[in-house]
Amino acid sequence: MNELLQSFEFGRYILKFHKVFVDYGGYKSVLLGLRNTVIIAVLGLLIGIVIGTLIATVRVVPKYRLLPRILNGFASFYVGFFRGTPMVVQLLLFYYVFMPLAGLHYPALTVCVVVFGMNSGAYVSEIMRGGIGSVDPGQMEAGRAVGLSFGKSMLRIVIPQAVKNILPTLGNEFITLIKETSVASFVGTMDLYVAFNYIGTNNYEFMVPYLVMALIYIVLVLMISALVRLMERRLARSDRNQTTH
Amino acid sequence: MIEIKRLTKKYGELLVLDEVTETIEDGEKVVVIGPSGSGKSTLLRCINCMEDPTSGSIYFEGEDLADMRVNINHARRHIGMVFQQFNLFNNMTVLQNIMLAPVTVAAEDRRAAARKNFVIRIKNLFRKEKLPLLPKGKTNAEAKAEAQKRALELLERIGLQDKANVYPSTLSGGQKQRIAIVRALAMNPKVMLFDEPTSALDPEMVGEVLDLIKRLADMGMTMVIVTHEMGFAREVGTRILFMDGGKIRESAPPEEFFNHPKNPRLKEFLSKVIS
Repeated sequence: MNELLQSFEFGRYILKFHKVFVDYGGYKSVLLGLRNTVIIAVLGLLIGIVIGTLIATVRVVPKYRLLPRILNGFASFYVGFFRGTPMVVQLLLFYYVFMPLAGLHYPALTVCVVVFGMNSGAYVSEIMRGGIGSVDPGQMEAGRAVGLSFGKSMLRIVIPQAVKNILPTLGNEFITLIKETSVASFVGTMDLYVAFNYIGTNNYEFMVPYLVMALIYIVLVLMISALVRLMERRLARSDRNQTTH
Repeated sequence: MIEIKRLTKKYGELLVLDEVTETIEDGEKVVVIGPSGSGKSTLLRCINCMEDPTSGSIYFEGEDLADMRVNINHARRHIGMVFQQFNLFNNMTVLQNIMLAPVTVAAEDRRAAARKNFVIRIKNLFRKEKLPLLPKGKTNAEAKAEAQKRALELLERIGLQDKANVYPSTLSGGQKQRIAIVRALAMNPKVMLFDEPTSALDPEMVGEVLDLIKRLADMGMTMVIVTHEMGFAREVGTRILFMDGGKIRESAPPEEFFNHPKNPRLKEFLSKVIS
């Protein structure tokens, strides 16, 4: 095998990569990068879903009173800010501008999770708003008619149905987040890009590391797609003509 | 039981209800009929504030529901409503549909009692004569068990106990509407509002829903029913209201209403619908 790989140039690159990746412990930083990537994306999406749901709810609340109006104004500013600037800019702003100004010191990974969460919250809120809009208004009415509050009806009746409708889009958002984690390196977080870049610099050879990096991203994304399909099938239960089991 | 006073509802410039005044007594079965766009559904929906009235008041057991300070969610527990489109919760099984409100409301009451008891305890620290604590209310498990028992009982009464664990999408229109009625009954309402309960049903399913409503009427439930079923109105109603142009034009017991209508619009309407 080794001789075969030695016999052509790309094969020699693979061997070089193998040496740094395995013998010099490059895989450790790749694993660390992978861990960070997953942490940022998963926690970011969870925070995003919470923030997004809250904002979407604020935006559909009837606006007779002052408080919903103020909240709504804040929500549209929030969404405008996070959708109007690139993720890198937000990350840099928070890490190098807002945090020093506020005198805070948090690890880069924490900042990444928070910023990714807030950014994804803005996108999820728009997705969720569409999802809430797709649920028959009669569902909310029925909830209110039996004596549930707006919030309770939202939480127990409307949002579960909305989530079912938007699950594929939410999966897309997760995939976007996974891929966007590659900007975490801007504030010095170890992620997949940093890990493979480090291997490449050690070798003076970037072809194989970057190929492997792309491969890892693709595998991650494929796994998420499969997961989303699985969840969709499970949530479609109430649509099909069958009893629960 | 319900007193509607000078109730007006406008959608923008469009006047839907024009200073309607009406009293509904305990045990009455009031049937509202009228041409489309006459405001009958809006009147019904204003009674439990599904539509906020533009002006006027709706007294339910002495409380003005049109007043924003009144907790409308509390009042709605005692006012059951049945919709034209059934509106069963699609994300829940039949049993969950029926149990949701009783269980949630019990939890809310429990939390409210706990909050009040906390305040009473603090007050008691500074008092010689201790105030008594409020009862804690049902635990979640108790409330659930009770709600489930009642839900199964109700389902059995309409012969759908075997559907307890299916989702609404698998049911026929008639079954859905009967379950929607049962869902409202699970809260032990004092009055039931029916908003065209049979208009979205296949003709062959109308009968089963009307039968259930009739049975409820016989049990003495106070009801307000908006419907186009004239035979049903005559049979169940103790009083029929005719609405046209946002006003109640005639109000009479069924016999007099159908046999000796006074209002010219009503005469015309009846001649069209009863051939």
